[in-house]
Amino acid sequence: MRIEALFLIGIAIFFGIVGAVYWFWSYEQGGTVMLAGTTLLGLLPGSYYLWWSRRMKPRPEDRTDASIEEGHGVIGSFPNSSIWPFVLGMGLFLVVLSLVFGLWLLAPGAALVVSALIGVTVESRRGGTI
Amino acid sequence: MTVLAERHAVHEHAEHHEGPTGLLKWMTSTDHKVIGMNYMYTSLVMFFLAGLMALAIRLQLTSGTGGVLGLSNQQFDELFTMHGSLMLYLFAGPFAFGGLANFIVPLQVGAPDMAFPRLNALSYWLYLSGSITMVLGFLSAGGAAAFGWVGYAPLSEATFSPGAGPDLWILAIALTGFSAIFTAVNLVTTIFYLRSPGLTMFRLPLFTWAMLVTAILILIAFPILTAAMVMLFSDRHFQTHIYTVVGGGVPVLYQNLFWFFGHPEVYILALPYFGIVSEIIPVFSRKPMFGYKGMVFATMAIAALSTGVWAHHMFTTGTVLLPFFSLLSLLIAVPTGIKFFNWIGTMWRGQISFKVPMLFCVGFLFAFLMGGLTGVMLASPPIDFATHDTYFVVAHFHQVLVGTAVFAGFAGFYYWYPKFTGRMLREGLGQWHFWLMFVGFWVTFMPQYKLGLEGMPRRVATYVPGLDWQNLNIVSTVGAFVIAISFVFLLVNVWVSWRKPVPAGDNPWDGHTLEWFASSPPSHHNFERLPSVRSERPVWDFHHPDDLVITHSTNGNGKHRHPVTVGSGSDGGHE
Repeated sequence: MRIEALFLIGIAIFFGIVGAVYWFWSYEQGGTVMLAGTTLLGLLPGSYYLWWSRRMKPRPEDRTDASIEEGHGVIGSFPNSSIWPFVLGMGLFLVVLSLVFGLWLLAPGAALVVSALIGVTVESRRGGTI
Repeated sequence: MTVLAERHAVHEHAEHHEGPTGLLKWMTSTDHKVIGMNYMYTSLVMFFLAGLMALAIRLQLTSGTGGVLGLSNQQFDELFTMHGSLMLYLFAGPFAFGGLANFIVPLQVGAPDMAFPRLNALSYWLYLSGSITMVLGFLSAGGAAAFGWVGYAPLSEATFSPGAGPDLWILAIALTGFSAIFTAVNLVTTIFYLRSPGLTMFRLPLFTWAMLVTAILILIAFPILTAAMVMLFSDRHFQTHIYTVVGGGVPVLYQNLFWFFGHPEVYILALPYFGIVSEIIPVFSRKPMFGYKGMVFATMAIAALSTGVWAHHMFTTGTVLLPFFSLLSLLIAVPTGIKFFNWIGTMWRGQISFKVPMLFCVGFLFAFLMGGLTGVMLASPPIDFATHDTYFVVAHFHQVLVGTAVFAGFAGFYYWYPKFTGRMLREGLGQWHFWLMFVGFWVTFMPQYKLGLEGMPRRVATYVPGLDWQNLNIVSTVGAFVIAISFVFLLVNVWVSWRKPVPAGDNPWDGHTLEWFASSPPSHHNFERLPSVRSERPVWDFHHPDDLVITHSTNGNGKHRHPVTVGSGSDGGHE
């Protein structure tokens, strides 16, 4: 976890320096704001990871000598199939198209989006799919 | 049903997980392999569509007056806009980080699936919706977007580009942008949390490293693009005047926002392909990667620097800090040079077998070298001022992007096709594909450098006769058709392998990384067992127990004999 944290912190350090140099060299606002945003992109998750990495034992995937057996146990929940990403995607598609072809498309689009959000939540709670 | 994937013995895992079949399977699957293949099919359709547009553009330019096809200016503008947009937004990026990464990264880290399978499926549906939205522009009354793939304001404002086509273009980019962001989140989480035991960050395959860095670049760049597109849309419809001088806005702001996305985008399109090459060259040289850590840090350095060079596309606007952007642009040549050095160092004294994937990698090295060198030239403002918006720039970025997305991309396609399908592609047909494309590539783009230096501007449908531009343009068009013919061999090859399959086996190339330990095509949730990871090429160590296990971390001392044991895999479904 430590290398992952340092990777993200490194992003923050690099763009912090580049952003400072850029600001004091050019005094251009747009680019500086974007570079500052990029610094935060590294800093926020990076400092959280660093905080955790100092409080946890190295995971099997952080150690060079770990055996496969050490990784046993539940590693996550992976649904086999689900219709809801498709419904959500098509709903968002209709919502976006409604901006061009007329707001009447918003009604079916929003209905699909809402039903997909409900569906995906219920599915997660039940632990099943479709 | 949901599977709580566990790493334990597989015998109890029943191979029959009852699920939907046919069209319903395609619509409901959250398997990273199915989604990855969907991405690849869709992006290849986009690639061939955009390729046909390129042929139309080249035919138009065979004479200064647009003789053969006789397209109007509007039609020509639509064609080059959509050619660029399809190739960049819908082929080169999604083919790598949607298709190849989706399929390969979970396998390379020994994971049962991507971290968020349903989010992954949503990414694909947003990408497909975005692709359809963009192509729909051709059916709208005013035609498709016709302001170039960059969509500069104020040309893309409602005054100069009215109609539904440009709106569809803007919304398509917003949709595919969200798709890319979701995929990036998924990739980062998968790489951080689902690695196999012993597979530390500095043992990750270089393709996975490249995809991790690319995902970070996507997270930096795409939100800004999406924001720029939302503002452009509100300018067009709600009179916000963010980019119009009339209402007190700043047109150059659009360029700043766009290129803060656009230059990282160039590396979003390049780094995954560098990763592919870094996978293939060691396997076909039968050596570990030379300078593994150097490659990792070079990848990071390229990505970091590329985010600080956006305004080198805007030198001629007169509003940017020339020395800052020129310096950072020139610096990118250093890590890129390290990569070239390490690729050649890997081949050096290796047992190289020039199979088709390796041939494409060597083709990539030549193509990208030429594109990269002219890129270093263009990073110098005096040269850029002289050649800005000429065919010199067109030739430069086509050599870069065809080198990466096409040469290296199809290297990856030939390399992993046995893993995707369990079948081999024919070697001879692949050789024809490579050599025709290699010749066609140089014949197409070298004349364009000359045309650019003679002053031929890009994005023109006609040009003045009598400047001796026609002959060079004809040569370039002939080259483009040679490239097109080469792809017929690819299609025939896929068709032959489909009709008369040659089984590939799990590990046809004697590969190094974990994806070659899975079956071909990989079973549901990928692995029934995993080898222990003791270096950055665990599968090689497993299949060559008498060889030294070479680790990069300790120089020389790291070579040790070490029995590579096999543990049970990450599969293991629970009903």
